[in-house]
Amino acid sequence: MAKMKSNAHFGDNRYKAKSPVATFKRILGYLKDYKLQMVVSMFCIVANVVCNLAGTFMISIITNNYILPLSGFDPVKYPESLATLGSLHGLAALGGIVAIMASVYVVGALLHYVYNFLIVRITSKVLQAVRDEMFEKMQALPIRYFDSHTHGDIMSLFTNDTDTLRELLSNGIPNIITNVLTIVGMFIMMMVLSPLLTLISVVILVVMLFIAKYIAGKSGKHFVRQQRKIGELNGYIEEHLDGLKVVKVFCHEDAEKADFDRHNGELRQTSCKAHTYANILMPVMGNMSYLSYAATAIVGTIMAINTFGGMNWGNLVSFMQFSRQFSNPIAQMAQMVNGILMSLAGAERIFELLDQQPETDDGYVTLVNAEELADGTIRETEQYTGVWAWKHFHKADGTTTYTKWTGKVEFEDVTFGYVPEKTVLSHITMTAFPGQKVALVGSTGAGKTTITNLINRFYDINDGKIRYDNINITKINKADLRHSMAMVLQDTHLFTGTVADNIRFGKLDATDEEVVAAAKLANADYFISHLPNGYDTMLTGDGENLSQGQRQLLAIARAAVANPPVLILDEATSSIDTRTEKLIEKGMDSLMQGRTVFVIAHRLSTVRNADMILVLEHGQIIERGNHDQLIAKRGRYYQLYTGAFELD
Amino acid sequence: MKRDMAPKAKGGLKKLASCVGRYKTPSVLAALLVACEVVFEVFIPLIMAQIVNVGMSEELTDSFTFELALGDMHQPVFTLHNRISFIVVCGAIMVVMALISLACGVLSGKFAAVASTGFASNLRQKLFYKVENFSFANLDHFNTASLVTRLTTDVTNIQNSYMMIVRTLVRAPFMLIMALCMAISISPDLSIIFGITLPLLIIGLLVGLKVAFPRFERMLHKYDDMNESTQENLIGIRAVKAFVREDNEIKRFKKVSETVQKLQFSAEKIIVIAFPFMQLLIYACILFIILFGGRDIINSGNGIKNAAGLTLGDLMAFLSYVMQIMMSLMMVAMIFMTIVMSRASMDRIVEVLDEKIDIEDAPDAEDVLPADGSIDFDNVDFSYSRNSDVLNLENIDLHIKSGETIGIIGGTGSAKTTLVQLIPRLYDVLDGSVKVGGVDVRRYKIDNLRAAIGMVLQKNVLFSGTIKENLMWGNPNATQEEIEHAAKAAQAHDFIMSFPKGYDSDLSQGGVNVSGGQKQRLCIARALLKHPKIMILDDSTSAVDTATDAAIRSGLKKEFGDTTVIIIAQRITSVQDADRIIVMNNGRISAIGNHQQLLETSEIYRDVYTSQQKGRSDDDNEGGKQEWQR
Repeated sequence: MAKMKSNAHFGDNRYKAKSPVATFKRILGYLKDYKLQMVVSMFCIVANVVCNLAGTFMISIITNNYILPLSGFDPVKYPESLATLGSLHGLAALGGIVAIMASVYVVGALLHYVYNFLIVRITSKVLQAVRDEMFEKMQALPIRYFDSHTHGDIMSLFTNDTDTLRELLSNGIPNIITNVLTIVGMFIMMMVLSPLLTLISVVILVVMLFIAKYIAGKSGKHFVRQQRKIGELNGYIEEHLDGLKVVKVFCHEDAEKADFDRHNGELRQTSCKAHTYANILMPVMGNMSYLSYAATAIVGTIMAINTFGGMNWGNLVSFMQFSRQFSNPIAQMAQMVNGILMSLAGAERIFELLDQQPETDDGYVTLVNAEELADGTIRETEQYTGVWAWKHFHKADGTTTYTKWTGKVEFEDVTFGYVPEKTVLSHITMTAFPGQKVALVGSTGAGKTTITNLINRFYDINDGKIRYDNINITKINKADLRHSMAMVLQDTHLFTGTVADNIRFGKLDATDEEVVAAAKLANADYFISHLPNGYDTMLTGDGENLSQGQRQLLAIARAAVANPPVLILDEATSSIDTRTEKLIEKGMDSLMQGRTVFVIAHRLSTVRNADMILVLEHGQIIERGNHDQLIAKRGRYYQLYTGAFELD
Repeated sequence: MKRDMAPKAKGGLKKLASCVGRYKTPSVLAALLVACEVVFEVFIPLIMAQIVNVGMSEELTDSFTFELALGDMHQPVFTLHNRISFIVVCGAIMVVMALISLACGVLSGKFAAVASTGFASNLRQKLFYKVENFSFANLDHFNTASLVTRLTTDVTNIQNSYMMIVRTLVRAPFMLIMALCMAISISPDLSIIFGITLPLLIIGLLVGLKVAFPRFERMLHKYDDMNESTQENLIGIRAVKAFVREDNEIKRFKKVSETVQKLQFSAEKIIVIAFPFMQLLIYACILFIILFGGRDIINSGNGIKNAAGLTLGDLMAFLSYVMQIMMSLMMVAMIFMTIVMSRASMDRIVEVLDEKIDIEDAPDAEDVLPADGSIDFDNVDFSYSRNSDVLNLENIDLHIKSGETIGIIGGTGSAKTTLVQLIPRLYDVLDGSVKVGGVDVRRYKIDNLRAAIGMVLQKNVLFSGTIKENLMWGNPNATQEEIEHAAKAAQAHDFIMSFPKGYDSDLSQGGVNVSGGQKQRLCIARALLKHPKIMILDDSTSAVDTATDAAIRSGLKKEFGDTTVIIIAQRITSVQDADRIIVMNNGRISAIGNHQQLLETSEIYRDVYTSQQKGRSDDDNEGGKQEWQR
């Protein structure tokens, strides 16, 4: 498999939201449960902005009405009555207004804390809700979804995309509101202080915005390119580290290094461009604001000297404060735009997952405990009897019938394709009677695994019928259908937990004795009891400390503890060497005893004793019969068995 | 993912710093230019103060002097005789300063980008080179996925921190000092306020970080757990669905997810105090300055241009410095935050850089190729953990003549692969010695030794690129004839030619699909192109049908007769015509002999043989047997 697992296809659209407005609205929908808290925090944000603006504005009042008059500056222009109060009273008055200002500031800071606190709380709760919803959705999705999406892509929804969503909720939204309000508030204050100076500031501001837009655009473009290069480099690293042992055997290290250097150099170049533009945004904005500051300073001073346009020194001091700060919220917004768009694109991908059609289950036939009466009729019972029956409610006449659960599986002219344009199985007809062992043989892609995946409805068929105990499987409740059969897959996946937990995966309420019995059956007991803590040994990272063979033994034990009438073994012993396989053969035989078993195996010695062997080629059954019949037939099975034909 | 914060930072930082290399100049330039920017930023409020002071001056003098003041020293810079022109000149100076500052800022941004991306690329290269030089034992320490993360995500984290450091590590302290000097020069009395608020701010930030960090640690740890279990579920989704465990898994996930939420909130609620706290302190400064500064102005009476008293312009400049001082402190706090946050990444990278490569050329290695393909194991003990109590191979004594064909058979875990990996020195023996061509493998230069050995690993990998490019790994200078010769011997030529583009078929995703058996044959051809003296096939024909398997073996014999061939196989048929067959069991050689001898003497061999032959021996038709022999 020379596959280049490249992430390059993330490409451009990964960083662009398709419909930002709709996505944003939907995000707001998550805040519904926190209405009161949202209202309180919005109020706090607004009030905090007002406090901040008021504080700065008060500087002008203090200057004009207290400091300048009290210092006896130009009594003609500043004729406030306070000037006559005398300096002692004046100072007290100054203290008074400063105290008012202080209280405004304290309130502002408190409000700031309150809304930060609330927002952080809401954000963490919303994220929890989104994660839970995503996970639930993931569990509900049909297998089909996982065929068309890589694990990396799905994981990135849980990590990167939720992270950016957190950024958006806890920083993005509050900052937008604060900044917009601040800009509007400052604009109003500046207009009040001096319309002419405001005009100058706004003109420079507009120029600033154009420049910012240009730079942000450039930087965004290069970031997308950088992302693509990172994808390429990651793909290269992944592929070549994966094959590093081969590299070593061929002493190919130097060529690898040269190749890597090329990729690495390309990434450095694009990444450098992207970061250059990102880096110059702030200095450009910041220093442009100094230009604005200088311009307003000159014009403002001249105006104040001539008291032109109602300008006075106090107003100028205040105005200069505003003018210095005016660019901050704007620069911040400019910096945030790319991040916000990225968060929205991430949120969009999350919603895309949430909007996926879940696996549907309209099956109404359920599996119940039953007892068989002397006359052969089946009756439902509360207790565990070991006998199970399908409870079948007939809508037409309102009656309920019970069918004994035996494990008969029938395919009638089944046709299936993963995608409409490519048929994988065509016209499959077969019957597996209770207790029979059916073997599926054929090369990769012939459709063996597909057949087993249809039985437990991982996929739904396009045409034909599959019956289970004579009931069409589409009528059977999916959970009950799957409960009634156990699968041992080629790749055994183990979960974090103890060995016993992993075996118990097959049956949650299995007793310790049942677990051990199952392990013994699968010949796993021996190696388990040699693990550091026996059955309580923790398995982590998909059971990385176990060999592939040991993992398969655990998977067999898992199926054994589930104890279902139908067993599907998909290359269940492929990683177990022939001698060990022989050792567990007895266990496997007793496991298969009395069950309907579907076996897929590479080693034909494993399938020899099957009641029926189906040879598949290109999605069709080309030969069927037991071993002796097929050998006598001298067809494909014979060729395979004698090694004259390659199987992979 | 490990997130312990073992303080091994110092050596780690040194290692990382060495990757700056030729990007030292842009790094320093970025920091210096940013310092220039700071100088202008700090001077601009000062000029502003002059403008306001002159503007407000009522004394009808005709000379206005621009002075730089430091404490009680006043340094006149220039004098003008017209108030308006003084203001315009000051304004023009401000504009020029802003433009220079802008240029500095832009250049510094550029240099910072060059420096940080260059640093990251050096670091990535260093890591990749290091990993390329890893021995097999080193590689067993790290799994591929974690190495990929270290080379990508972790390097990016470090790059971002580096950029942050270059841009603010000089800027913040410099601005703090400059602004503080300016403030003191304007009014030492008012500057007392900083003596109170600065320590408060620093203590507040430190306490905040100290309380918040363990909480963040816990949160991130749980967060990793959560992601791990998600990934597990994703990989094992078929098992989950087949056993109808969805509800159970959801319940488990929700429990973890709730814990993450609680921990996240408990960490972040500490952080959210920081900003209002800083805001309060800034406000406290402003109020203090307005109150006492205002008093000073008032007390100086009409002292607008009074050298002893505070002026309104001074007050304004002072307020600007308050902002600058407080902001720079916040920046310092942020740098700490970033460094600590990226420490986990740093540790993971340093772990790779610190990994001791255990197989290297001996300093006195001779620059010769092995003389022939003979192999000698002299009392070899081997342990993956290099622990003589846990031996994986024990007391192996084996002598293979040049040109011999050896089969190796044994159950899973019997150390077949381990045995052959010692020949090209992929691992070093614990005790005893392995000789190739009569010389201890440790005496060769590794490249020379491995050049003489063709090895097809159990885990085969072909790389993106054409078939030809892949085959030429064996010999970069191979001619088309040589390539075809090897491909024919490996029984790969025919199927290669069946592809539309033949040897130029692309093996990348979207290119041609090769089956498992075809892939194995390509890997054999690749190794044959080396014209090795020793050829090792580690279960390399498992997916190849028996007829082709036999053809490969006869091709090897015919075309590469001088080559010593070692075949590890599960199938008896793959080894039964070898000169000698070694039966491995639990890390020891259980028996050696040819097929017939072993059938008589080795129980294990007989067992394996019957487990594979049972089906065939009782076939009632003799035709099958004949077909089989052919």
